[in-house]
Amino acid sequence: MDFSDLQIERYSRNMILKEVGGKGQERLLNGRVLIIGAGGLGSPCALYLAAAGVGTIGIVDSDKVDLSNLQRQIIHFTKDIGKKKVISAKEKIEALNPDIRVNVHPLRMTSENIRETIKDYHFVVDGTDNFASKFLINDACYFEKKPFSHGGILRFYGQTITYVPGTTCLRCLFPAPPPLDQVPTCSQAGVLGVVAGILGTIQAAEAIKYLLGAGSLLVDRIQYIDIFDMNFQLIKVKRNDDCPLCGKHPKITELKDEVEILCDLRGGN
Amino acid sequence: MNPDKTIDLRGVSCPVNFVKTKLALEYLEEGQVLEVILDPGEPIINVPRSIREEGHLVLNIINNGDLCKLFIKKT
Repeated sequence: MDFSDLQIERYSRNMILKEVGGKGQERLLNGRVLIIGAGGLGSPCALYLAAAGVGTIGIVDSDKVDLSNLQRQIIHFTKDIGKKKVISAKEKIEALNPDIRVNVHPLRMTSENIRETIKDYHFVVDGTDNFASKFLINDACYFEKKPFSHGGILRFYGQTITYVPGTTCLRCLFPAPPPLDQVPTCSQAGVLGVVAGILGTIQAAEAIKYLLGAGSLLVDRIQYIDIFDMNFQLIKVKRNDDCPLCGKHPKITELKDEVEILCDLRGGN
Repeated sequence: MNPDKTIDLRGVSCPVNFVKTKLALEYLEEGQVLEVILDPGEPIINVPRSIREEGHLVLNIINNGDLCKLFIKKT
């Protein structure tokens, strides 16, 4: 690939790395990453991927920017309040790096549209804020054989794990979402903005390493972060033979939205 | 010394001159020789050092005040 002088200067700190070089940069520029959710996790993730030169970034979000988002969703600015998040994110990415092509998907992911949406990307980042979406992304990526980064945050805490086909999936660890009344959402419990920043940045690192084919991905290991006591814990995990999705006798054999799956699982027991 | 490729990086500052040297090497075959023309001062000191750290073989450094050249064998 022939890099322009501007590209060589822009990506010089990437290219200097032995593990990246010109060929790695080429892989990044040809890379396609889909970020589901342009919120706390998706904001830093999108900005770092754009800065690194990941050539195509897809953004999924059906919401508009709200004043209460700005405490942590750093891709959106005060002037963007009321604007669609996908548009606000696209504007920032393009301003940061005109090399990047941004695909906007102003949708809410459902079992009807997610497989079609993720199909054209190399890697998916879960930046959603609810369990139904997280399990839907997990299941869709399993069926489409698509690697993805799971991330979740609450208060001062976060967790993340990367899935590539054949490794531990989210349902191996958590067969189903917790009951709705048992776990508060960020809007009820609060979350410190930096937690989103750190976790979303870890997710961006995973996407970049996947595209480069370098380093070790966070597979079969779950990373917990506790920003309050500043404690990071890495826990080894294994595939679960009883996983309802990827186990020996899967109960989930087609993509469904979480409410339906819960009914099916309960009905089956 | 007969280089397989020559690049003239006079007027290109650090670290971009190193990146350009590195890129040129990436697209050569192992064992081929790259000739790099550099500015005196920092470039002729820094570029060979960084190239050695990459594991390539610096065959020769010519540093005659005005004319600075570097011959590198890709490994």
